[in-house]
Amino acid sequence: MQVDEAVHLEVRGLGKSFGATRALDDVSIAVRQGTVHAFVGENGAGKSTLGKIIAGVFAQDQGDLMLRGTTVSFGSPRQALVRGIALVAQEVALVPRLTVAENVFLGAEPKRAGFIDRGSLRARFDRLIADAGFDLQAGSVVGHLPIAAQQQVEILRALAREADLLVFDEPSASLSSVEVERLHQIIRALGARGHTVILVSHFLSEVLDLSDVVTVLRDGRVVRTSQTKDETEASLVTGMLGRPVGRAYPEKRLPPADSRVVLDVAGLSAPGVADATLSLRAGEIVGLAGLIGAGRSELARAIYGATAATAGAVTTAGTTLAGRPAASIAAGVALIPESRKDDGLILRRPIRENVSLTSLRRFERLGFVRRGAEGAQVRHALERVDASPILESSAGSLSGGNQQKLLFARALLIRPGVLIADEPTRGIDVGAKRDIYDVLVRLAADGMAILLISNEVEEILGLAHRVLVMRGGRLVAELSGPDMTEGGIVSAAFGTTTTSAA
Amino acid sequence: MSANTVGVGDPATTPTSQRVARIVGRAGILIPFLIAFVVLAIISPPFLRVGNLTNILDQQAGIIIVACAGTFVLIAGGIDLSIGAIYGLAGAVALTTASSVSPVVGVMAGLAVGLAVGIANGVVVTQFRINPLIGTLAMTFVVSGIAAIVTKGNLVVALGNHDFQAFAGTKILGVSSAAWIMIVIAVLAAVLLSRTTFGRYVYATGGNTQAARLGGVRVNAIRVSTFALSGTAAALAGTLDASRVLSAQASSGQFLTFTVLTGIIVGGTSILGGEGTIGRTVLGCLFVALIANGFNLLGLDPFYQQVTLGVILLLAVGVDAWSRRFE
Repeated sequence: MQVDEAVHLEVRGLGKSFGATRALDDVSIAVRQGTVHAFVGENGAGKSTLGKIIAGVFAQDQGDLMLRGTTVSFGSPRQALVRGIALVAQEVALVPRLTVAENVFLGAEPKRAGFIDRGSLRARFDRLIADAGFDLQAGSVVGHLPIAAQQQVEILRALAREADLLVFDEPSASLSSVEVERLHQIIRALGARGHTVILVSHFLSEVLDLSDVVTVLRDGRVVRTSQTKDETEASLVTGMLGRPVGRAYPEKRLPPADSRVVLDVAGLSAPGVADATLSLRAGEIVGLAGLIGAGRSELARAIYGATAATAGAVTTAGTTLAGRPAASIAAGVALIPESRKDDGLILRRPIRENVSLTSLRRFERLGFVRRGAEGAQVRHALERVDASPILESSAGSLSGGNQQKLLFARALLIRPGVLIADEPTRGIDVGAKRDIYDVLVRLAADGMAILLISNEVEEILGLAHRVLVMRGGRLVAELSGPDMTEGGIVSAAFGTTTTSAA
Repeated sequence: MSANTVGVGDPATTPTSQRVARIVGRAGILIPFLIAFVVLAIISPPFLRVGNLTNILDQQAGIIIVACAGTFVLIAGGIDLSIGAIYGLAGAVALTTASSVSPVVGVMAGLAVGLAVGIANGVVVTQFRINPLIGTLAMTFVVSGIAAIVTKGNLVVALGNHDFQAFAGTKILGVSSAAWIMIVIAVLAAVLLSRTTFGRYVYATGGNTQAARLGGVRVNAIRVSTFALSGTAAALAGTLDASRVLSAQASSGQFLTFTVLTGIIVGGTSILGGEGTIGRTVLGCLFVALIANGFNLLGLDPFYQQVTLGVILLLAVGVDAWSRRFE
């Protein structure tokens, strides 16, 4: 067998199934030493599974994994780590109560006579952090650090074990734009120092920006592997979907100038939110922008009554909301929460029950659920969001995009006048994103007022009629018309502007 | 049971083990139940006698009643360890009141005690945010102590109170009224859980508390209701058994908590909440009863029975954890 010196890791004929789902099928890729190699594809294309097989999280069903020409097999991430492969996962896997240095050396602590040698641990940590150029304190408790810093701790942990192949699985999914920029510098620096990086990412701009080589996956198969410089965002999307896509965002339709105010928030304060005043009119999509931690989700939850307000009032159509979810639902205010899995769905229960949860009283007679009426309405609501899943299968069996549609269908069932959508497209693939955009625009056209929270400035610009920007728990700017630009939003979010508050 | 658990601890997540997990999940307790039934029928001829079978039903009546209500508690994400103590106290209160006032008031008093302790459990768990395991464990001590005070530490008897005895012991179509009450309760519980909005809210509360709350479900009210059901059911069981044997003792329910939880969990209700059905709980309890009955029929040492049941509970929890890995 001829061995190419420059190939760091190669997979040949890799196959993997999860139950009836074929996640990977006959995948062959060579990753060269010192390159940043990106895997892109829709959700379910297999990119994350491939990354996890390489890092030893899953075992493949068929095919070979070859490290510098030698066939290897990993039973666990720990074994992969011994061979220099580390995974920096989407969900940070650190011990929150331990310090940065303790996490970095967890399981590989320098010991003297059975006790942890604190001096040597500290010295090694200082060397490591100087090399990496991170701004982290050895003694900080990890649980108190922002996600971006926790991710750096994970990278340090990989470097401490002398890993030379780092698999990043959706590293920027939960970072703010500044933090993403910092992460990109780190990944570039790793590449420049001869480390091999595998980047699994949804964000095409990130892939185009960072990677040297890109592999496009679709339905568990490799579409092509090519030099990134030969690709464009459009070419990647076409490769991922197997067809060219139309415009990224549906056409904006402005609400009539005289449409009435349907939600009035006056001087609302709650944990993380100070003195927020805003109003939404029927048919309007209002974007809520800001950095992570600026208080956008907190504001959404305070309006909905999920957290108790300490001051201020929310009124809709003349009624003051009681500050409880049930009361908000009754008044026609719906929330699509930020985290589908934590705050939205009951994954092990059927789709039917997930969609009807908030409006179950409507299908009730003498305490019993009228299943016929329930099924018909649930099906109708799902049709309105372009989904037609089987009602009795579990919510957890659906893809991220379809799970999000369940939450939209649930919201629609209460016939809301106001919809607060917190990051409705996070972690879902390109095709499903466009579906969600269409749904949002259609609902607004039908007269619903929508408050859209998103980390993607582009998404807000593409959908919103006007934009509110938060910083440090306060609404600091309102942008509309020609002022609605990426620059305007970002500078307001960072506080480099003097635009007066809304 | 054993045939289905060979894969426990097997690290390879192969499609085969996933398929086994799915089959185990779907058929669940039915397979081991049928195996135990057939094996007992073959090796011990007296097992299939009508007398033995109705006797099992009669003895299990209390356990199944408590387990049906306990299923609601577990599905809603809680656990109630105080059922044994409530059983003892309610039996003692019912028996003494039946003797001193009247059998009807006795039954009412027994049930009221259970309802009150159940609501107290619910308030402790939801309003004071105490972990249900610890909260109901503490309540076990409180309630057992009260029961010991009520009975002055003695066995209380009501020999000759045939009116009170009729509550559990009336034969209808050859089966005791206790067993009939159990059957009615099981059917009502199954309907309540699977067909009503309350049942849906119970699943939602345990399946994802945060999502249920944001969805407008009053999760605390739901959890208090499940503890109230559980307390009342434990009291009903204690009252029935006191009526059956016309005696009561503070410590009479000391093994009940364990037996009931084993029945529920062997039936496939997850200790993590959000999952389970009444039918499976009933089967789970009957399976445990068959094992116990088998030990008796075969004349084996009852201490081995205890060991066996402990191992079965561990296996059931293990299977639950194992089947969750494939999601």
